[in-house]
Amino acid sequence: MNTPDVAIEVAGLVKRYGEVTALDGVDLQVPRGTVLGLLGPNGAGKTTIVRILTTLLQPDAGRAVIDGVDVLAEPREVRRRLGLSGQYAAVDEYLTGFENLDMIGRLYHLGRRRSRERARELLEQFSLTDAGDRPTRTYSGGMRRRLDLAGALVAHPPVLFLDEPTTGLDPRSRTEMWGVIQQLVAGGTTLLLTTQYLEEADVLADDIVVIDHGRAIARGTADQLKAQIGGERLELTVSDEGRLDEAARLVTPLGVAPPVTDEHRRSLTMPVSGGVKALRQALDLLESEALEVDDAGVRRPTLDDVFLTLTGSTTEESP
Amino acid sequence: MSTLDVVTDASVVAKRNLIKIKRVPDLLVFTTLSPIMFVLLFAYVFGGAIDPTGGGAAYREFLIAGIFAQTVVFGATNTGAGLADDVKKGIIDRFRSLPMAPSAVLTGRTLSDVVNNVLVLVVMSITGLIVGWRINTGPLEALWGFVLLLIFAYAISWIMAWLGLLIPSPEVINNASFIVIFPLTFVANTFVPLDTLPGPLRVFAEWNPVSAVTQAARELFGNPDPNPMSAASLAWPLQHPQLYTLIWAVAVVAVFAPLASWQYRRAASR
Ligand SMILES: Nc1ncnc2c1ncn2[C@@H]1O[C@H](COP(=O)(O)OP(=O)(O)OP(=O)(O)O)[C@@H](O)[C@H]1O
Ligand SMILES: [Mg+2]
Repeated sequence: MNTPDVAIEVAGLVKRYGEVTALDGVDLQVPRGTVLGLLGPNGAGKTTIVRILTTLLQPDAGRAVIDGVDVLAEPREVRRRLGLSGQYAAVDEYLTGFENLDMIGRLYHLGRRRSRERARELLEQFSLTDAGDRPTRTYSGGMRRRLDLAGALVAHPPVLFLDEPTTGLDPRSRTEMWGVIQQLVAGGTTLLLTTQYLEEADVLADDIVVIDHGRAIARGTADQLKAQIGGERLELTVSDEGRLDEAARLVTPLGVAPPVTDEHRRSLTMPVSGGVKALRQALDLLESEALEVDDAGVRRPTLDDVFLTLTGSTTEESP
Repeated sequence: MSTLDVVTDASVVAKRNLIKIKRVPDLLVFTTLSPIMFVLLFAYVFGGAIDPTGGGAAYREFLIAGIFAQTVVFGATNTGAGLADDVKKGIIDRFRSLPMAPSAVLTGRTLSDVVNNVLVLVVMSITGLIVGWRINTGPLEALWGFVLLLIFAYAISWIMAWLGLLIPSPEVINNASFIVIFPLTFVANTFVPLDTLPGPLRVFAEWNPVSAVTQAARELFGNPDPNPMSAASLAWPLQHPQLYTLIWAVAVVAVFAPLASWQYRRAASR
């Protein structure tokens, strides 16, 4: 199981919290230098996996090897090889950005000189130089996130874990964060990333594993997954609730799979292949039947669509 | 993990905690202003009430060591509240994911609280000197008195460290520890002579380690009880206050340092 070109290998991971089974036998394999996206809704078990792999939590069963080192047998050796940025930015709010990074460098035993140099380098790399000597409680959410990520990189770890790195960031900060992560990965770092956004997994990950109720319910490349769930979604809202089924019947031939209707919202959603063209055709069809439409659009698939396709139900919080 | 790593890691963590004291106005106030207030309040309010004829001067001198003991014991709450805060904010998770010495977070924490207590004792001593307290012994004896107070507070810090990791809520820790610390520091010889206490309370006070460390400090500073009881009527801990304080401190560290370390390994945030 200890092949040199596999950076993270996980087999049969189980974790229970009393009645709740947070992980129910998870297997993962991340080849060196690639990015694995763990995609799942709230309570799926993403953080539990990250905490076990970063030695913060003991599993009830299963084993994990990181960079050739057994996580359970040699936790300290594993810690030398990994960087972690947890779900909630763990920066010390009373220290400055510089002091936070310098402290982490010292605790990785980089030595006094090297720790300082590295702290300055990282502040520069993450556009935090100007704020570097301010206590971090004056930082914005995005700045804290960046500093936390910088903390994970202090010792140039070969394996990196990022738990929902962009949750809570505005669209611009999110795009910036993606850029930073892509740069890292280009440098050869192996990355395990968790996210609730299909789009994020699509942009950043080579492979995606969909997690639900502590189990991997689908896996593959972003393209494979998208082929499985279909591409863009056509979404229509009709004015008259009574004619929703009629509208669904009319547009069915335009989709790659049958539409799903939501009576409450008077809307239907259907996977289509030729986005805008399908939209125009659908609107023409409905108009010819004098079926009034309140809202119409084409959008990329979301995590909800993935779940709709894979499990037949939308995302819901695990018990 | 070399011994050197263990020491540097602890000092890195201790330095981080001390920076926090500098940056958080509340802590700085607690560290410097409240000790001054304690000395003034207790010296004049209690001193005047208990010894109205003498103008309170003798009792003021008697009280100072009690105020010192009470304040450093209260200071130990910082240890618990600080650790609880770190668990809550995920800082402990960050530490636990680093290849540092696992002991460093706790030793660093308790050490920085010793430094904090040194500062508190300096501030209180200066205030005490201003209101008429004097050290009537040699410098070495006095120094040993201060060291005993610090050792005692250090031991209490380990109890608080364990509590802070067990109950990771700074507010709960503050309230819970006050419930324990108030009786511990008041049912003692800190502010009133023991012979004023009724039977069961008096027994508790005689065996209370806070009484012993206070008694030891009084002896070492040369601040005797203005109405001394005969030595024979004192319980064993108060006849050997230095020894009792040391035994007690060693026992507490021996029990609570392993407990706190064990709790640290399983501390989980959110
Ligand atoms: N300390 C704990 N005690 C009890 N149950 C827990 C604990 N930690 C996690 N769980 C449960 O385990 C399951 C998985 O939680 P986990 O935090 O791994 O989910 P997640 O995928 O990270 O969710 P989110 O997207 O909300 O962060 C949930 O049902 C959660 O309630
Ligand atoms: Mg999570």
